[in-house]
Amino acid sequence: MAYDKFTILTSTAVPLPTENVDTDQIIPARFLKATEREGFGDNLFRDWRYDVEGNPKKDFVLNDPTYTGKILVAGKNFGSGSSREHAVWALYDYGFRCVVSSFFADIFKNNCLNIGVLPVTVSPEFADKLLSAIEENPNTQIEVNLPKQKITLLSTGDSESFDINDYKKANMQNGFDDIDYLLNMSLEIDAFVETR
Amino acid sequence: MEKTTLFDKIWDAHVVKSVPAGPDVFFIDKHFIHEVTSPVAFLNLEKRGIGVKYPHRTIATPDHNVPTVDQDQTIKDKLSRMQVEKLRHNCAKYGIELHDLGSAHHGIVHVIGPELGVTQPGMTIVCGDSHTSTHGAFGAIAFGIGTSEVEMVLATQCIMQSKPKKMRISVEGELGNGVTSKDIILYIISKISAAGATGYFVEYAGSAIRSLSMEARMTICNMSIEMGARGGLIAPDETTFEFLKGKQYAPKGEEWDQAVAHWKTLKTDEGAVFDKELTFDASDIEPMITYGTNPGMGIKVKDSIPTTEGMEGSNKKSYLKSLDYMGFQPGEPIKGKQVDYVFVGSCTNGRIEDIRAVAQFVKGRKKADNITAWIVPGSREVEKLAHEEGLVKILEEAGFELRQPGCSACLAMNDDKIPSGKYAVSTSNRNFEGRQGPGARTMLASPLTVAAVAVTGRITDPREVFDN
Repeated sequence: MAYDKFTILTSTAVPLPTENVDTDQIIPARFLKATEREGFGDNLFRDWRYDVEGNPKKDFVLNDPTYTGKILVAGKNFGSGSSREHAVWALYDYGFRCVVSSFFADIFKNNCLNIGVLPVTVSPEFADKLLSAIEENPNTQIEVNLPKQKITLLSTGDSESFDINDYKKANMQNGFDDIDYLLNMSLEIDAFVETR
Repeated sequence: MEKTTLFDKIWDAHVVKSVPAGPDVFFIDKHFIHEVTSPVAFLNLEKRGIGVKYPHRTIATPDHNVPTVDQDQTIKDKLSRMQVEKLRHNCAKYGIELHDLGSAHHGIVHVIGPELGVTQPGMTIVCGDSHTSTHGAFGAIAFGIGTSEVEMVLATQCIMQSKPKKMRISVEGELGNGVTSKDIILYIISKISAAGATGYFVEYAGSAIRSLSMEARMTICNMSIEMGARGGLIAPDETTFEFLKGKQYAPKGEEWDQAVAHWKTLKTDEGAVFDKELTFDASDIEPMITYGTNPGMGIKVKDSIPTTEGMEGSNKKSYLKSLDYMGFQPGEPIKGKQVDYVFVGSCTNGRIEDIRAVAQFVKGRKKADNITAWIVPGSREVEKLAHEEGLVKILEEAGFELRQPGCSACLAMNDDKIPSGKYAVSTSNRNFEGRQGPGARTMLASPLTVAAVAVTGRITDPREVFDN
């Protein structure tokens, strides 16, 4: 369904430098049994966040009040594995609107764009810069400017531009989704089927 | 004429329209759905007040969360039951073909599609499941999608997709004894890493690939996603046609001949250019096993776990975190490690050929006392054949527990969970933390290696047991 519009997001960020974080970690399969899109944020990173008794694990970043914000700065190859969109629903439901990484898994990236969570791919060097800045000062503000396709570390002014295709960019800025587009193409799709 | 790849031929034939500076409006021939990733898509259709555009192009089966015992009874787990009931309701409401629990063709969606002959060369196939790449074994473009895209396909039979880059992976030469297609794909992923094919669609080629059965080809295409590829495909040939002939949904009579004539044109032109080409020597491939928490962390059974030499920063940290989870040390041999569970099943290796391989191996042998051995057929059809061929008797005599079809312990959504801290050697596709249950430690291997582990109770090279 159509989602919130995304233009410029300025926020502190949560660091998660672990590499190859798969969608089973973002939301374990046993929490996929809902028939509605609600409440997934509670189980975001469930097994890294809570022990078997359900007590918060102190050493996991989401349990550390030092780090908060709408941006997740993640390690390389984030979102690999299962195609479960629930992983993005969980990130969104928890409050994240943007994930930054030097490398995303394909399906996860598509799912993000379809839900309205902006995936921002940066160079490994810029990712390291962000992580060090957050570590040094957890109140570090990061600006993600979609119209300008630019991510900026406000404390130093360091910035980098990022890619997104014009179609998806317009969708994110206007809060449209692909179905709106496809439904408008109904006649063209029918004509295509006729030729087959 | 321009030289094109098999992938280009199929992709380009399914583009309804290319959006300028955007993705393609991509037409989908067949859509598989299951109980876990479809309910929210149907819910959204209702919210929008729209229906399913081409219901006969979608086929459903419950597989991910279903119990593998007492399938004739009401599902005990309330949430699982609700998801399955929702699937039944949605299929009835929109006129979608459902292969329900207990029916002749119930099973894992990627096992029943080919079994029914729904999967055919040249098609575009999607499903809300990343292992949809399995169907690429037939020379189809098949890949996993998210729930928003499931909704798009239901509503319009199209999705918006940017065309991936193309990679060809050739495996040339003859495979050694005791080396299977699972070893080929685990070997490839170990060489290029769990992200090595991200952004690409892979064509598998070469003499070693051509020599494989359809079941074995499906195992390879199935795990394309485990190196990050959107999907993988293999050009159709006589092996493909032989497999499909006579299947329920395969063309019949004159239509069959026409279809085969068309399918024979589905191959990469000589001289067509790929964005990336890799070639591997089949004789270098030996029985493989994973030791870490992503499928790229694989080694030959005879080798030692890699040391941290040359690693630094978050790379080294992530590596050590992974080994710590597994309870392993860098540099130690993997062979001889004690194992608690073996699991034979899943869309990777839950087909009849896999069950035959295990049965043949354990015939006249017994599983080790420390091993709990689960065998979960990929479908009712596989289960039926296993009974008819006497495989079930052999396996039960060896101490294996045969369960009913479903995804089962591959992702442990149902009760089939490996207990925390225990070691499982599995024929499935993912060794992620907690994949087979919270705290479970998974090692991926071929059905033959799993059979050898079941018998010895330890990590074993199957070729060493053959010789005895």
